[in-house]
Order: sequence, then C-alpha cells, then structure tokens
Amino acid sequence: MNIVETKDVNFYYGDFHALKGVSLDVVKNSVTAFIGPSGCGKSTFLRLLNRMNDLIPDMKLTGKCLINGKDIYDKRVDVDELRKKVGMVFQKPNPFPKTIFENIAYGLRVNGIKDKEFIRNRVEESLKGAALWEEVKDKLSRSAYDLSGGQQQRLCIARALAVKPDILLMDEPASALDPISTSKIEELIFTLKAEYTIVIVTHNMQQAARVSDSTGFFMLGELIEFSETRKMFLNPSKEQTQNYITGRFG
Amino acid sequence: MRKLVEKIVEKILAISGAMTTIVIMLVVIFLFKEGFGLFNSPVIEKGYALCVNEVNPVEHIGSAAIKKIYNQHIENWSEIGGLNEKIIPFRYDDVFQHYKEEEFGENYEKLPEKLGEVIAGSPGILAFIPEEYLPKNVKGVKILDGNTINPNDFFLGVEWIPTSTPAPQFGVLPLILGTLWVSLVAILIATPLGMGVAIYLSELAQGKVRDILKPAIELLAGIPSVVYGFFGLVVLVPLVQKTFSLSVGETAFTGSVILAIMALPTIITVAEDAMRSTPRAMREASLALGATHWQTIYKVVIPYAASGISAAVVLGIGRAIGETMVALMVTGNAAIIPKTLFSPVRTIPATIAAELGEAPHGGVHYQALFVLGCVLFLITLVISITAELISKRQHNKGL
Amino acid sequence: MSKKLSQQIAFWIFRILGVFVVGILLWILGFIIYNGIGVISFEFIFDAPRDGMLKGGIFPAIVGTFCLIVGSMIVAFPLGVMSAIYTNEYVRDGKISKFIRMMTNNLGSIPSIIFGLFGMALFVNTMSWGDSILAGSFTLGLLALPLVIRTTEEALRTVPDSLRVGSYALGASKLQTIRYVTLPAAFPNIVTGLILSVGRVSGETAPILFTVAAYFLPKLPSSVFDQVMALPYHLYVISTSGTNLEAARPMAYGTALVLITLVLIINFSASLIRKHFSKKLGGH
Repeated sequence: MNIVETKDVNFYYGDFHALKGVSLDVVKNSVTAFIGPSGCGKSTFLRLLNRMNDLIPDMKLTGKCLINGKDIYDKRVDVDELRKKVGMVFQKPNPFPKTIFENIAYGLRVNGIKDKEFIRNRVEESLKGAALWEEVKDKLSRSAYDLSGGQQQRLCIARALAVKPDILLMDEPASALDPISTSKIEELIFTLKAEYTIVIVTHNMQQAARVSDSTGFFMLGELIEFSETRKMFLNPSKEQTQNYITGRFG
Repeated sequence: MRKLVEKIVEKILAISGAMTTIVIMLVVIFLFKEGFGLFNSPVIEKGYALCVNEVNPVEHIGSAAIKKIYNQHIENWSEIGGLNEKIIPFRYDDVFQHYKEEEFGENYEKLPEKLGEVIAGSPGILAFIPEEYLPKNVKGVKILDGNTINPNDFFLGVEWIPTSTPAPQFGVLPLILGTLWVSLVAILIATPLGMGVAIYLSELAQGKVRDILKPAIELLAGIPSVVYGFFGLVVLVPLVQKTFSLSVGETAFTGSVILAIMALPTIITVAEDAMRSTPRAMREASLALGATHWQTIYKVVIPYAASGISAAVVLGIGRAIGETMVALMVTGNAAIIPKTLFSPVRTIPATIAAELGEAPHGGVHYQALFVLGCVLFLITLVISITAELISKRQHNKGL
Repeated sequence: MSKKLSQQIAFWIFRILGVFVVGILLWILGFIIYNGIGVISFEFIFDAPRDGMLKGGIFPAIVGTFCLIVGSMIVAFPLGVMSAIYTNEYVRDGKISKFIRMMTNNLGSIPSIIFGLFGMALFVNTMSWGDSILAGSFTLGLLALPLVIRTTEEALRTVPDSLRVGSYALGASKLQTIRYVTLPAAFPNIVTGLILSVGRVSGETAPILFTVAAYFLPKLPSSVFDQVMALPYHLYVISTSGTNLEAARPMAYGTALVLITLVLIINFSASLIRKHFSKKLGGH
C-alpha cells in the first residue's frame, strides 16, 4: 500500500527550477532512500513531504503530492497537523536548549497534551524506541547539550517519535556523526521500520544499500531512477545511475 | 626609516586606543574631585556657625534636624541626643532685643562678646551666628565647628532644598527614588510594546512592511531628546491632565510615557537581533513536531533569545535613567518621594541640569550636584556592566 | 483555546503594535511639521531673535549648532578613527582589544548630563576656557567618541581578510595595507558612521548647558572662546522659560521643526551613502 504518492512535482525557488517532474510512490512500513550528488534536489523533495519548504520565500510548486491519499498542498490542509503526522530528523542534531525530558515532551505539549502521567510514559516509550533509554534514564533533567553528538541525534529521533507520526523523514541523519554512532542509527532505522514509514536522504551509498528497501536516484532536479534497492545497486537500468554508484562522479 | 615611521604610527594609534579609558578615568576623577568636599562642608550656610551652651553635650546636628528645630518640629534637645532641655533657636539679630544699640560699640566690635553672654546664659540655646561675630574663646560657649554634612544625611535624607536656610537640605533619596520610579514605569510600558514589535519584525514582517518599519524605528531613535521633551510638554502634559483630571499634567507618568517611546528603538533593535540569531535548525525542529509558528516563537525563539532580550531591557533602563531633557521638561520637578504614578517627581539628571547653572562654583550646592553626578554615574555603570554580563551569557550558549 | 486561534490573536496584536510604533513616529513628526511649517520663513532662518525671543529668527542658534558640530567632529573623528584602527587592525582579538571595547561601551553608556558636569569641571573651570565653543566642542566630541569608534570598527570589520592578506603577500607593510587597502575599502561605511555621530551630536542638549550654550546672544561668534546659542538649547529655553510661554510657542514649533529637519537630513544622507556604496560594492 502506498502511503506517499507524488505525480509530476515541479518545484521552484524564485527562478531556480529545483525539481523537475518528479513522480514517485512510497510503500507503507518500508525504508526509502534518496541518493544523488549534492544540490540534486533530494533534500528539497524530502522537505516537500512535510511542507518544510513553505518557509522559503518565493517558492512555487506544481503537480500533486498525496499522503494517505490526501493532497497535502490543498488549501484546507492544516500544516501543523500534517507535520505532526510526518516527523522529521535533520542533518545536524538540533535539540532545544532544554532538558532531555523537555525535548521529548515538547511535541506533546505544543499539541495541547497536559496529562503529566501520559507525557512521562510517552517520553519513556519514545526514548526506548530510539534506543536511548538505557543511556539517559537517570539524567532526564540534564541539558540535552550534555549528550554526545550521536546521542543527541537519537534524542531528536525520539523527539520525533513522541508525537506518533506515520512517516519519519530523515535528512542525512548520520552525516555529522562518527562511524559507531552511524551504525547505531542504522540499526535503529531497521527496527523502526516495523511501525513507521521511513524516507531517508543520504549521501552515503553504502548506507542506502544497507538500510533501504527501495532507492531513488536524483540528479539535477530529476528523479533518474527509482526501484528496489537491490536492483538499483546490482543492475541499474540507467547509465547515469551506473556511473554514479560506481563513483565516476558526484 | 620605514620601520621607524611604522613604529611611531603604531604608538600614536595605541594612544588613541587608550583614549576612551583615559576619558572614563578623567570623568571619574573630576566628578569625585569636584564633589569630594561636600562631606567636609558645614551643615549650615556658608559664613555662619552654630553655637550652643557649654553644658550641652550635643556635638553634631544634621541638616534635617536643624530645619526641624527652626520649624519647631523638634523642640527638646533630648530628641536629638541632648539633655532634657527646651531648644531655644536664636538668630544673631535677636541679640538686639537683649541689649541697646549703643552697647555694641561704634563698629559693633562688642557684638561677639554680647552674643557670648546670651549663649552662656541659656542652656537650651541654639545660636546661628555669622562667622565674623563669632564669640570665640568666650567661657560658656561651645562652637559646633565639626558639624559637617554626613553621608547619612545625604543618602538617606528625604528633602532636597538647596536654598533652605539656615541649613540647606541635601537629601537625595527623593531624587534617586524619583529617577528609578520614572525609569521603571517607562520600561514596563516599553518592554511589552518593544517585544511585540521586535517579534513582528523578526518573525512576521516581510518585504515592504519591513522596509517601512525598520527606518521608522531608526528615525524614532534619531529624534533629539529635547524635541521629545517639547512634544511631551505641549501634547502629552495637557492630555494627561485632562484624561486623569489632575491639577497639573507634569507627572511621573507623563515622563515615563515619553521615556518609554525613547527606549523603544533600543529595545526593538537589540531584541530583534537576538531573536534573529536563533538558529534555523531550532525553528525547523519545532515546526517539524507540529508546533505552530506562534508556539515556536514563544517556546523556542524567545527562550533562546532571552538573554539578548534582557540585555535590551537593561540597556533601555540605563537610557531612561540617564535621560535629562525629557525628565526636566515634563515630570514636574518636585523633589518629593513619589507615592503614585501621577505625583510630580524630580530625577537626578534633571536636578543637575536645573540647578548647576545657579550653584556658585565650588560651593556646597555645587559639590552636592557633583556627588549627585557620581551617584548617577555609578548607577549607570552598574547597569551597563549588568547588560554586558547578560549578553555574554548569550554568546556562551549553544552547542 | 485552540492553538490556531491563539496564534491568530497573537499575530494580530503584533501587527497592531507595529502600526502603533509607526503611528507614534508619524504623530510626533506630523504634529511638529503641522505647527511649525507656517513659522518657517526667510526671516526665521536668517535673522536673530528679537523682542524677548518672541519675534525674529533663530540664525545665531543655527550657526552655533553648526560650530559645535564642526568643533566636536574635529575632536572625535581623528581620535575615534585611530582608536578603531588600533583595536581592529593591531590588537584584534587579544585582551587589549577586549578591554578597549569594554571601555568604549562603558563610555557610551554614561548619561549625557555627566558629560556636561565633566566638561564644566575640566574644560570650563580647570582649563579656564570658560563657557565657549572650545569647551562645548570638546565635551560633545568626547560624548560622540564611542559612537565614532563603534561605527568605524564595524566598517573595518566588513573588509574581508583576503584583501589584507593579498596586500601582505605583495610585500606591503601593515601601515601601507591599512593606508592603501583597508581604509579605502571601509571608507563609505566609516563616513556613514561619522555622519550618524554628527546627527547624534547636533541634537544633544544636556552636555552644552554648562559648557557653551547662551540663553540669548544675537551676535555671531568671532572666536572659539565665544559662547553661542544652539538649536536644542534654544528650543528648551523658549518652551520652558520666559514670561510669555504661549506667545513663544510659534517660535518653539519653528525651532523644533528646523532641528528635526536637520537631524533627519543628516541621518537620511547617511543611509543614502550606505545604500549607494553597498550597491556599488555589491558585485564583489
């Protein structure tokens, strides 16, 4: 079943044509990876899915973008509700300058939840979900900045999980981390797949090959190829894809 | 040769670099030097001295006490630490009631002697006598020559009447409280307003609106304070008087409103800068969790910018405290401890501005105004250091 | 209350506040222009006050303010620019520059009336210059010093290091680099800062009360040891003291208008210069 469907999406920053006619579907409870050289549009496409690009002045979008069968760019759509359903983890860990507990509780509080017991349970559940609970359970009231970079990133994942999204977008979540932290995040992605649909942008092809079910290759704003990960890496159908994954450019 | 020139130029530049430090030191030196003599000056008017009977144990009478004695609010020596004896205030011309004109001699050369007799004969007397007629070395007379203004009288005194006779009153408490009162109310008005505009500018306004608002705020900052004072005088003073049906419109509140307008640009600019410095990643993280823009502003942006915003507020207070012309023109200049928003008050800068011109150079009044300057200097110094410490905290924050 | 609604309400409040602040500005400017424009005439600008300052013009005050601007800038410009060069080019990030910057900030936060006290004690009394243009210029110059330093420093900081390094690479000395590379590149921004300080100085009243300003002096100064009238002080005098305040109002409105116009022209030209040069340098 497809949870995300896009049809002929074009996106412009001012005069710059950043995405050219992208059509692609994401299957529920799968991991989809986007790869491609920097500036190819993969992050822009990811940010379309929770309308983070709305923050850019002068942006323009054409085409259809459906999540759970509904057009997310419809005028009646509540952007904040959409973002609750479509969580996001950013390239650099970006915890708030608050305690670990408050970081996780933030999403619940802004959505009007006041029940303390509920919040405490959900914080624990999310931290467990992000495989961070054992490391931080005794220091929930410490500043989030006391954590290491890898822990901070898992905290950000836990923070996103706390509002129970359907989809989790990850924008190069391991690019600022060391190899050990990176492998922890990758393991985590694998377990999260059971409950969430994950879309991840990465510049690391091995990572895409390791974690994803299907992979999309972007270049110069176009989706060159989109298929099952195994097929993409073993037997790509386009020459550009072949060149990219064998390292001829990018 | 070239090397030498370079060296010389560098030395000259270094001296210019030290200039601000030198100026601050000079300011401190001169304020203290000119004001220093105040606490060595006698309590009473220049050219006069106080005498009491020898049996009187009182050595020091503060200026406030002298005024009260002459106004008959204090009538017994026991109230100021003396014997249980009624105080008899005595001005030197009262002596003419005791003796005939010719008894003083042709050139009044016997006046001191006669004054001495009167004083020696009355245990409760407090005599106020010109120095030239002072009964020196007369038995039974004690001259209170160590009776100088003490810091307690100055800092805790509740009356500021430099022209009062026989003892001018230099109590700065009403001036300090007046200054703080006007400034704090001003900042209470300006902070929410300024914050609102800063949020609007940093978060909402775009394109044209921003292009209008930014220069407007700069213009507001550029208007000279005397023009604000004038505007307050001709527009706000009558308006306040009518609106609150007061007898006069020159009140602390009037001053606070104008000072608030003047503090707005500082608060807005500094607070806006602080809010803009909130990292994009913080905002995005909040929005991605389903927070609204407004929730993001008050839960993430404002806490992040909190120290910058507090620095803005503290700076605003500093400005308001030091502002002279507005306070002088619209607050009514009554040196009384303010009790309501609508009492007239007199601030420290306004007092200096209004009185320095009339105070004789080097006199007690002149010295008192310089000490007042020191007080103002210290207050603003503390404030600017506080602001600096607060904004340093801002820089140390972050990942 | 739903989070949408509270956002709507909050944002409307902020919009109204924004409008309110512009409204205050327009109110003040409008009020003074409306009341003052009728007073402005050739006579008002170019004549001395007459009849207890109820008639005539404000020419001596305009000239006086002009003298004080020139005088104070002769004091503040060289000192301020040199100080900024020293902190930004010689001792850049060390303890010394931190200390100098802190002192500059502290000097900038001293209330202007304190400068008045200080100027009176040092220049008028100790140096025996009396109430004079000289004393007033020094007082105002020192008041403007922190502003000149700060704006010049900002201007110097906008010059990219690559330019300096490029110059050193050609064998230029530090002084030559400053003289031929850094200063010319920073020049427009320095000028903008200097003009802003002029704007600040021209409206100051408190520092000149006891150092130079004359209550009524219809003749023009002939040396730097003369007293002068000045626009801000004149406005203060005719709006607060005198036997017939109501009759003096038109003169006060006129003076306020001239003063505001002067300050606005100064500030406006500063921003014009900044815009002009930033466009010119925009290509880099």
